[in-house]
Amino acid sequence: MAEAILSVRNLRKSYGALTVTDGVSLDLCAGEIHALIGPNGAGKTTLIHQIAGTVKQDGGTIAFLGRDIGGLGVAERARLGLGRSFQISSLAPEFSALRNVMLAVQSQQGSSFHAFRPVMRDPSLTEPALNMLERVGLAGRAHVTAAELSHGERRRLEIAIALALCPRAFLFDEPMAGMGPEGSKSLTGFLNDLRQEAPILLVEHDMDAVFALADRVSVLVYGRVIASGSVSEIRNNAEVRRAYFGEHI
Amino acid sequence: MKRMRAETPINFLLAGLLLLVPLAALALEEPFYITLATRMAILALAAVGLNLALGLGGLVSFGHAAFFGIGGYTAGILSTHASNAQPLMTWPIEIGGSDNMLVIWPVAVVLSGLVALVTGAISLRTSGVYFIMITLAFAQMIYYFATSWPAYGGEDGLSLGLRNAFPGINTALPLNFFLICYALLIAALYLFARIRDSRFGTALQAARQNQVRLAAVGISPFPIRLAAFVLSAMMTGLAGSLFADLNRFVSPSMLSWQMSGELIVLVILGGTGRLFGPVAGAMLFVLFEFILGGFTERWQLFLGLILLGVVLFARGGLLGLLAGKVRHG
Repeated sequence: MAEAILSVRNLRKSYGALTVTDGVSLDLCAGEIHALIGPNGAGKTTLIHQIAGTVKQDGGTIAFLGRDIGGLGVAERARLGLGRSFQISSLAPEFSALRNVMLAVQSQQGSSFHAFRPVMRDPSLTEPALNMLERVGLAGRAHVTAAELSHGERRRLEIAIALALCPRAFLFDEPMAGMGPEGSKSLTGFLNDLRQEAPILLVEHDMDAVFALADRVSVLVYGRVIASGSVSEIRNNAEVRRAYFGEHI
Repeated sequence: MKRMRAETPINFLLAGLLLLVPLAALALEEPFYITLATRMAILALAAVGLNLALGLGGLVSFGHAAFFGIGGYTAGILSTHASNAQPLMTWPIEIGGSDNMLVIWPVAVVLSGLVALVTGAISLRTSGVYFIMITLAFAQMIYYFATSWPAYGGEDGLSLGLRNAFPGINTALPLNFFLICYALLIAALYLFARIRDSRFGTALQAARQNQVRLAAVGISPFPIRLAAFVLSAMMTGLAGSLFADLNRFVSPSMLSWQMSGELIVLVILGGTGRLFGPVAGAMLFVLFEFILGGFTERWQLFLGLILLGVVLFARGGLLGLLAGKVRHG
């Protein structure tokens, strides 16, 4: 197996008596899509929050590119190359789609303390941003404010922002949520190619997408990884079927 | 963007109107109106500063009077020492006073900025109501310090014998002094516009809209906000030194929480975050003060009603009413 880019070991998090992350270990290797599935309330999003730095873990380690990032802030982790999308779209609502992506481009280029040059007339910002919008099919909506975009468009804008960071790993939290079959299908194709740029840790409820995309699947139940393996191993795992899929498979 | 902003013609109109008032006053031989216009320009400048923090950054500072007052006391104290020829300090180096605006302004700006750096670094660890309260608390500390500082007048304030000088311009002439204030206001507006459209301004506005998003793209909100707070204080401090020169008097009232409140009112009245919002706000405010103040001492009651109307029915302030919603690129 290739060397892990992101490596989580024995991660623990509780809120009072409620343990939401219970000794989770997982790896994300170059070129792969690692899907994280589990019933609602299993602690998938909390796990993503801890990796991204929005929530502080109680114990365990998070290593990224061979470096312990468990003590770093959100912005520092993003600068190191963790590109994330949010379960519920988190954008600058008054900015156009383009300027939302430009924010990521300017961060990627370094300092945000230039206070004199107008960003909208700076092709080193607008061109890469427009490129990213084109990749997710939003180029035609570049000048629409994020607040005025449709739900599906906002989901795609989230991805475009993550792309603009040129990350070394993607954390996608339910990118397909609420997208409809057409949107899910095109996004599935898109993610399928994207893994070549950087590996993806994918939290997703859309099982068709997960089974089509994932190189590896980890199943999270009550904050614990109960199984981890290839798609076929997970499909045939008795414990997973009992805990998660119920009678559906 | 290629397309002109809807508010651009209105901005030019406001700038022209403010310039026209003193010229008309001169023609009509009513010098008092020049003072009124100067007051508008200075308050507008102070509010442009606040607008940077409040409008762009969403930082509701209820303590900007601190910087306004620091600017005012800088002008007052330096000019007092210049006129009585006593040094301001003798150790470790001897520093004397000055009645030159070109010396007073940078001192006022730097002092305001330094105080903002310290108070901002502490205040910005909080947000929302706590931020409002902590900025108020810092301003009140400086207010009480000034009231209990007998060397510079304490509660009674400090009179400036003569208006401070500007090389080559006779500042005693009201029109000249107005033009100085007006030029500084235009410069501050230009700076505000450049900042708003820059990378820094983009990050600052993003911090207001969604700081989780800003951090997720790798930009820490704290240093961005702190820099904005300091810049904002510097502009307000500069306005304060002009205000002391306008009145030839500085007192703790410049540092009071009412003053902080007035600055917020100016920004909201004109349109929060709009380039010319503070200008519109200051013009309206001084006009109300003058017209309504002519009828009744309780003119602020009517101002309160107008403010209530703006907050309830015209969130974008006067400029929002005239030019519609803000369009970002």
